[in-house]
Parts: sequence; structure tokens; C-alpha cells
Amino acid sequence: MNRTMYDLIGLAAGVCFILALKGLSHPKTARRGNLIGALGATVATLVLFAYNAPLNNLGWILGALAVGLIIGVPAARKVQMTQMPQLVALFNGVGGGAAALVAIVEYLNLGAEATTAEVIFTVFTVVVGCVSFSGSIITFMKLQELMTTRPVVFPGGRFVIAATLAAVLGASGWVVVELGTTPLLVLAALSLLFGILFVLPVGGADVPIVISLLNAFTGLTVAASGYVLDSTLLIIAGTLVGASGTILTRLMADAMGRSLFGTLFGAFTAKPQNVSAAGEERPVRSGSPDDVAILLNYARRVVIVPGFGLAVAQAQHTVRELADLMISKGIDVAYGIHPVAGRMPGHMNVLLAEANVPYDQLAEMDEVNPTFGQTDVAIVIGANDVVNPAAQTSPGCPIYGMPILEVSNAANVIFLKRSMRPGFAGIENELLYDPKTMLLFGDAKASLTKVVSALKAL
Amino acid sequence: MEAMAIVSIFVLAVFVGFEVVSKVSSTLHTPLMSGANAIHGVILVGAIIVADHSETNLELGLSLAAIVLATINMVGGFVVTDRMLEMFKGKKKEADK
Repeated sequence: MNRTMYDLIGLAAGVCFILALKGLSHPKTARRGNLIGALGATVATLVLFAYNAPLNNLGWILGALAVGLIIGVPAARKVQMTQMPQLVALFNGVGGGAAALVAIVEYLNLGAEATTAEVIFTVFTVVVGCVSFSGSIITFMKLQELMTTRPVVFPGGRFVIAATLAAVLGASGWVVVELGTTPLLVLAALSLLFGILFVLPVGGADVPIVISLLNAFTGLTVAASGYVLDSTLLIIAGTLVGASGTILTRLMADAMGRSLFGTLFGAFTAKPQNVSAAGEERPVRSGSPDDVAILLNYARRVVIVPGFGLAVAQAQHTVRELADLMISKGIDVAYGIHPVAGRMPGHMNVLLAEANVPYDQLAEMDEVNPTFGQTDVAIVIGANDVVNPAAQTSPGCPIYGMPILEVSNAANVIFLKRSMRPGFAGIENELLYDPKTMLLFGDAKASLTKVVSALKAL
Repeated sequence: MEAMAIVSIFVLAVFVGFEVVSKVSSTLHTPLMSGANAIHGVILVGAIIVADHSETNLELGLSLAAIVLATINMVGGFVVTDRMLEMFKGKKKEADK
């Protein structure tokens, strides 16, 4: 195969990626878009085997591909819908790691022949790829709850971060001037450290934004590798992901009412927070499934607000059963969907779609908020931060300014919760202590099942 | 490749990237992020290129590690995105009935 043919096929793959992103932006074409992207990636990989045939180290290459497939496919197949966000974070991290490794190998390979431009792009890829790798691993650990989901801030933290950043820049200069393996490894290590420090102070609610940002970063590293490896396809694909990822990060931040700047530079500005006096005992009103059923039976309008707890308990089918039962009793039912309920934008839509909840029952935040005044009962299932009035009333709390579902305007609020533990962002919710609030403790699915049978019996 | 050609490709790709996703509903944010994530898995191409011209065991070892990671990123990314979007298909069918 000649170079022109190879480049043309690469260009076709690039076009596939554009069509993929375009398709993914519309619900009707999303699935096809994803498949077009997969096609482009497959073609781009296969054509390489034909163009450079026979590849050196072919056996090793095929073996490594097989290992990747054996790990990647089952992980993607078997993951539960609830754990999807952390898997995306992890995939992004390994992509960043791969880009950094490619840059390191190419650097070792070029040795003293590398041009200054190539060295600069290599430095960029190593730094950003390593930051994306270690940062994504930390977001994975936060989402998987392998570590605290609260912002981790230590005294003097911002000085440590600033110092690390300065060291990364210093080491970058060192690599450009010195050209050697040692400076490059020091640079990689410092970048990994910076990635960890960059993500640690990010609070729970901002994690999806950071994943999106790191995703865009990884895209840019791929583009930079494309320059060093003389591959137009990598430049196109990487740049597309970098640009669309940046826009997507901004859209997500807007949907959550977060300032992008605040999130990005949270690491530099975060102050240790006063954790509200733990162990403080305040009265809450808890009820039984029968109490909840009675309340629902006499309601005219009910709004269901699903959150991460629904996803954890896999209660999407049970909640639909409850909604259908209420509708059959003539009760007006809607689902109030917060754009970032769950752990990622659109998480709840995916879950409820799985349970075949009719699309017209899902109401977006702007639609449903004005109707809470006429709502008799708001059932909050495993959500917390997205209904926390502190976002509107207490400046200085980490979620202040985030738009919320104003369930406190409903006549009654029912919380289905596992415990009194605060939400992902780690902030106390005053609404739990409101006299019109009733709490039903337990696993969401078990509680809902009991409510359904109690309601049937009425 | 000529520097000017590379800069042109880069700038045009930035605008295309901005343009294609500028109007997307929050429902699709997660699948779109996941799909874009899978696309950068095409660094696999880069990993295979460096594995092809690796000269030392260190270079080969590192590039094979890169192949493993990139494959996980690419293949896993597309599969998981497809699974997310499968859910939307179910919803559409329901609405059609």
C-alpha cells in the first residue's frame, strides 16, 4: 500500500470521527454515531497493519491487542449502569497513560535526532497525559468511593500545588535543554503528582466536570503525538476530542451552575472547610411504608425526584411500578429530573429509560420547578444535593449557586434514604429536619416495594 | 509534514469540534463524553507505530503497555457508549407505541 492510499484512508477515519460526534449530539442518531466512530477507529488500526506490513514485533503487538481486548470488553459489558461514570473516568485515564507512554518511547527512539519542536510536543504529551492519567485514577477512586468524596484540602495545599506546578515547568525546560532519559522520567513523575494534587480538592458534585476536562486534555495529547509521529489522523482525532470536550465541559458546568474557572482553579483557591459539628442530634420525622402509602393515596399530584440512591439500589423498575399504580388511581405523576442527578449529567434519564418510563413523564428542572407549589407530595429517592436548599440560601457552601429542584415548595416531602449520611458533596441538608418532611430509611428498592404493596392494599 | 499544513489542520479541527457539539441536550452529555473518550483511544495507532520501530527492550515494553492501555480505552469506550445508548433506543420504541 502506498502512502497516498494510507493517508486517504486515515482521512476517511477522521471524517468518521466528525460524523460520530455529530451523531452523538442528537438522541435519534446517537447510537449510529457511536458505531460510525468505532468503524473509523477499527479501519484506522487495520490499515496500519496493511501499510507497514509486515510490522516488526508483530507477535508482541497482536498479543498486547488481545490483552487489551480481554480486559476492556468484559469491563465495558459487565459494568452496572450505576458504575458507568467511574468506568468512563478509568478509560479516559488509561488513554492519557497510553499517550504519555507513546511520547516517551518516541523520545527514547529519536534520541539526539529530535528537533526542538518534536521535543516540545513530547514534553506537552508527557505532562498532560500523566496529569490526565493520575487525575482520572483519583476521580475513579472518588466515584467508586474507595476514598472520601469530599474535597481533600490540607493546610498549605495550594502552595504545595503551586510548587509542584513550578517544578513541572522547570523539569519541562530541563528536558528541552538537556535531552535525556532522566529529565524525562523526573518530568513524568512530577506530572503524575500534579494530576493527583489537581483533582484531590475537587468536591463530589464537580467530579463529572473534571472528568470531561481531563477527557479534553487527553484529546490534546493525542493531537500532539500525531505531530511527533507524523500522523494526520491522530492530529484530527485528538483535536476534535480536545475541542468538543472543552465545549462539553463548559455546557456541563453551565447545567450545574458552576463556574468553570472556579472548578479548574479550585485547587489553588480551596480553603479547609469547617465540617459542621458531627454527631449533633436533631429530631427528624421518620415514617413507615404505610404512612407513605396513605400520604400518596390522597395526593392529587406527586413528583418523583430520583437520585444516585435509586441507581445504587437498582430501583428503577420498582419506581416505575409505583408510578403506574398511582396513575391508575388517578394521581398526576411526574419525574423531576435534575440535570446532574446521579453522578453524571443524564444519568437518571438513562436509568429510567432502561425501566421503560414513558418519555413524557420525565420533566426537566425548569419545567418542574414552577409546579412544586401545586404538588402534594414530592418523593425524593436517594437524592440529596440536588434538592438541598443550602444551594440557594447559604453562600459559601460548596454547592452554593447550583440550581436545585425546589421540592421544599411541595406540601409534603418524603425522603427515601439509606441513612442520615450527607450526600456526595458532603453537605448537611436542612430540608431533612423540616416538619413537613418524612423520612423512610432503608434501601430504596426494598422501601419502594413495601410502599407499593401498602398502596395496593389501600 | 509542513508546519503550516499542520497548523491549518489543527485550527480547522478545533472549529469543527466546537461546531458539532455546540447544541446538545444535557441528557446526552454523558454518552457524548464517553464517545469522545473512545475516539481518543485511536492513540492505539500511535502505540502500534512506536511498537513497530522499537529498537530496545525498554522501548518495546513501554509501547506494548501503551497498546494494552489504548485498546482498553478504545474498545471499552465504544462498547460502554453503545450500552448507554441502547437504553435510549428502548425509550424511543416505548414512545412510538
